[in-house]
Amino acid sequence: MASPAPALSAAAPPSRLARFLDSDLFANFKRSKLAMAAFAATVLFVALALLAPVISPQNPYDPAQLELMNASLPPIWYADGQAPFLIGTDDQGRDVLSAVFYGMRLSLLVGVLGVLLSGFIGIGLGLIAGYAGGWVDTIIMRVADVQLTFPAILIALIVDGVAKAVAGGHMEADAQIALIVVAIGLSFWVQYARTVRGSVMVEKNKDYVQAGRLIGLSAPVILTRHILPNVTGPVFVIATINLALAIITEATLSFLGTGLPETMPSLGTLIRTGNRFLFSGEWWIVAFPGLALAGLVLAINLLGDWLRDALNPKLQ
Amino acid sequence: MTDMTQPVLSVRDLRVEFATRRGVLTALDGVSFEINRGEVLGVVGESGAGKSVTGSAVIGLIDPPGRIAGGEIRLAGERIDNLPPEAMRKVRGKRIGMIFQDPLTSLNPLYRVGRQIEETIRTHTDLSAKAARQRAIDLLAEVGIPAPERRIDGFPHEFSGGMRQRVVIALALAAEPELIIADEPTTALDVSVQAQIITLLKRLGRDHGTAVMLITHDMGVIAEAADRVAVMYAGRVAEIGPVAAVVGDPLHPYAKGLMGAIPSLSHEADRLAQIPGAMPRLSAIPPGCAFNPRCPKVFARCTVDRPEPLTVGSHRVACHLYDASGQAAA
Amino acid sequence: MLAFILRRLLQSVGVLLAVGLIAFAMFRFAGDPVNQLVAPDTPYAERLQIRQSLGLDDPVLVQFARYAGNAVRGQFGNSYQFRQPVSTLLAERMPATLELAFCATLFALTAGILMGVYSALHRDSVGAKIVQAISLVGVSLPTFLIGILLIFLFSVTLGWLPSYGRGDTVRIGWWTTGFLTVSGWKALILPSITLGLFQMTLIMRLVRAEMLEVLRTDYIRFARARGLTTRSIHFGHALKNTLVPVITVAGLQLGSIIAFSIITETVFQWPGMGLLFVQAVQNVDVPIMAAYLLLVALIFVTINLVVDLLYTIVDPRLRLSVRRAT
Repeated sequence: MASPAPALSAAAPPSRLARFLDSDLFANFKRSKLAMAAFAATVLFVALALLAPVISPQNPYDPAQLELMNASLPPIWYADGQAPFLIGTDDQGRDVLSAVFYGMRLSLLVGVLGVLLSGFIGIGLGLIAGYAGGWVDTIIMRVADVQLTFPAILIALIVDGVAKAVAGGHMEADAQIALIVVAIGLSFWVQYARTVRGSVMVEKNKDYVQAGRLIGLSAPVILTRHILPNVTGPVFVIATINLALAIITEATLSFLGTGLPETMPSLGTLIRTGNRFLFSGEWWIVAFPGLALAGLVLAINLLGDWLRDALNPKLQ
Repeated sequence: MTDMTQPVLSVRDLRVEFATRRGVLTALDGVSFEINRGEVLGVVGESGAGKSVTGSAVIGLIDPPGRIAGGEIRLAGERIDNLPPEAMRKVRGKRIGMIFQDPLTSLNPLYRVGRQIEETIRTHTDLSAKAARQRAIDLLAEVGIPAPERRIDGFPHEFSGGMRQRVVIALALAAEPELIIADEPTTALDVSVQAQIITLLKRLGRDHGTAVMLITHDMGVIAEAADRVAVMYAGRVAEIGPVAAVVGDPLHPYAKGLMGAIPSLSHEADRLAQIPGAMPRLSAIPPGCAFNPRCPKVFARCTVDRPEPLTVGSHRVACHLYDASGQAAA
Repeated sequence: MLAFILRRLLQSVGVLLAVGLIAFAMFRFAGDPVNQLVAPDTPYAERLQIRQSLGLDDPVLVQFARYAGNAVRGQFGNSYQFRQPVSTLLAERMPATLELAFCATLFALTAGILMGVYSALHRDSVGAKIVQAISLVGVSLPTFLIGILLIFLFSVTLGWLPSYGRGDTVRIGWWTTGFLTVSGWKALILPSITLGLFQMTLIMRLVRAEMLEVLRTDYIRFARARGLTTRSIHFGHALKNTLVPVITVAGLQLGSIIAFSIITETVFQWPGMGLLFVQAVQNVDVPIMAAYLLLVALIFVTINLVVDLLYTIVDPRLRLSVRRAT
């Protein structure tokens, strides 16, 4: 592979970007067409979600912008389709395209926050379990074992139900979002904990960790400075695959009617509402959010699969 | 149907190639040998010399991307290297039996040994289930398994390594084959058991008039069991001849080196003779004689011309040191 | 062997106790049970009396023991929404869920094994590539989207199959079955496929990977050297060895199928326990949520136990090691 101009690299150490561009991972990436397509699609989805307020013709969360006159319009290529509603409107006169952009924004937001939270919980518990050992380890891993036998969606539903029961049944939209993030966080931590715990068990007896202990480094310092960097690869793979799962979980909760409210619809909520119009022929209300969700999840999944395979030799 | 005078197995100019991403590798190149009724032919050489590939080629089990690219294999005079798959399947197990190296992994762990023997018998004969079971018991008795009528219902894991190899031999014998290919049959066994298995193989070959192709890297096993021996190097036969002649008076420099490497109890050598260097990889076989980079007696012709097998006394040897008259040329 | 079973049994009871504790905590502390039972204008004194009559003032441990005792006898209290015993509600809905889960499992197993074996034996064929593509879609698409897609195709567009409900059911004792009517069978098809698709792809991937692994083993090579027919090598030797690990996974997946039926039952308005549970979550009906959690845990634990036993029966090596361990 062609390396950057030697004069340049002699003058200054290569930047992070230059080092990445020269890495095996990137070379592998350039070889896999599917991975590149998945990456491009993911970037596109994220860009659309981020730019939703700029590019959407309408703010679907603002009731003042909805006109019942525009209700249930078909996509623009039908005879009675109307500009600017490219892919039609729903029964409230909401532009489906805008709703999809905003919905994607919410789905991604909840997914990313959920993954971050579950990663935080899982890595934390994994580090503690692996480093402390003994009964702390036993308790954490037992809980993990029991939880692993139940599907994440069931746990998320129960967390959701219990929180609602405690709150007395009614919740604001923002609180709903936070609740779903927590539900996802509590449902997906086990895999991180297991992986991290395994690495800690291996690393903690190695010389450099023992040396760190001898020169008086505290446990948190050893854990974060020396052990954590060794598990970034596997954790990153789990996080990517879990992002797809988290998005599916949020969509499913919303579809089941316990997720995000109709006033602030995510993709799952849009599909839930659109599903009612399937039989009356207004297919576009459900089809486009469904397509967006499927595309988003598929792209992230493909990326995760590739990442797992590409990093695999280094994992062992 | 079989002519008693012609060899059970005759291999002529066998060539096996493996198509890989980096080009075609030649695993066997011009391999020729014969095995007669009741005879044990030992095939020796280092790992990668082509011993196992030869065995696989004879029984028609070379997996893609490998293929037989030339030469012919005859079983009792009949060509078998170009048989259609279904016809070849009927030869396997019925006319050629095979024994693999590791008895621990050769048997299906989920089936009782009796079932595995009976299924082989019934695939190749039209014996009834009852008769097949009786024959399975007889076979187990013949290979020296005590209380066969009880052991026949055991699972493979209930047998020791040596006993399991006996079961494997019984399986290879199930349909009274004319030829048995034993691929490193004792390598995975305890030293104390090795001799028993070799004795058993030798006895069975003699009793049934079965020809045996005994593949091994262990010269001790060859000296013990074989009638004739073929020394292979880099996919070619370097020397072939009666075991006493080849072991006692090897002609090919490689065979000489190999015999020098046999540990002997009678005269205590300080260290075993070693052949310097390593066998070339299949992708880098030198021109001329494949052994020339390691040969102590190499001369100009060796790096250019490939030596053809010559008859020298009771040996056949592929080396430029010997000319057609059987005299040392240099 | 007996000690092995006992140990397993003990572990299962432990798990059930842990889940029971969670269920109890939900039941007891998520919202005041008294509030759910009485009118908002009930005087404080009367509330206090109800509290006492319900035993809510007893020590927590006593309350948990009482809850567990009742649960063992199948009593989980009354549903807030339906004002009926939870056990009655669950018993009514259970046949629908179990029949659906049974059909979904059957579909997942047959289709998964067939496709897995096919794609392992014909690794580079077009068919195998199609199978791989299906598996990618099966893993990636959310269950409810698949359900909606199937409804759109077979109910809305083609009008072949119903999009909701169980069709006509027949009552046999307390069990209602959809297996005895044509409309019952028709109603089962789409939900079973929807529910089983994810498990099918898992089983298919597993069977394919295991089979490829087994086909490389020495005993398969030896079986070929013995001249056995391709058929008996593939379906006698290789398949049986492939299915040993598959049994475990498939068995464990059965539990997931029952839990996952929450989604499918909602899409198809299937009157089972899952739909009841989702409605309970929507309406904050804690007794149903707690009881459902316990029931699912019980099913999981039972399945785990059965799978463990089945495994030792199928694999003779394990039978031996278990015998030695005891």
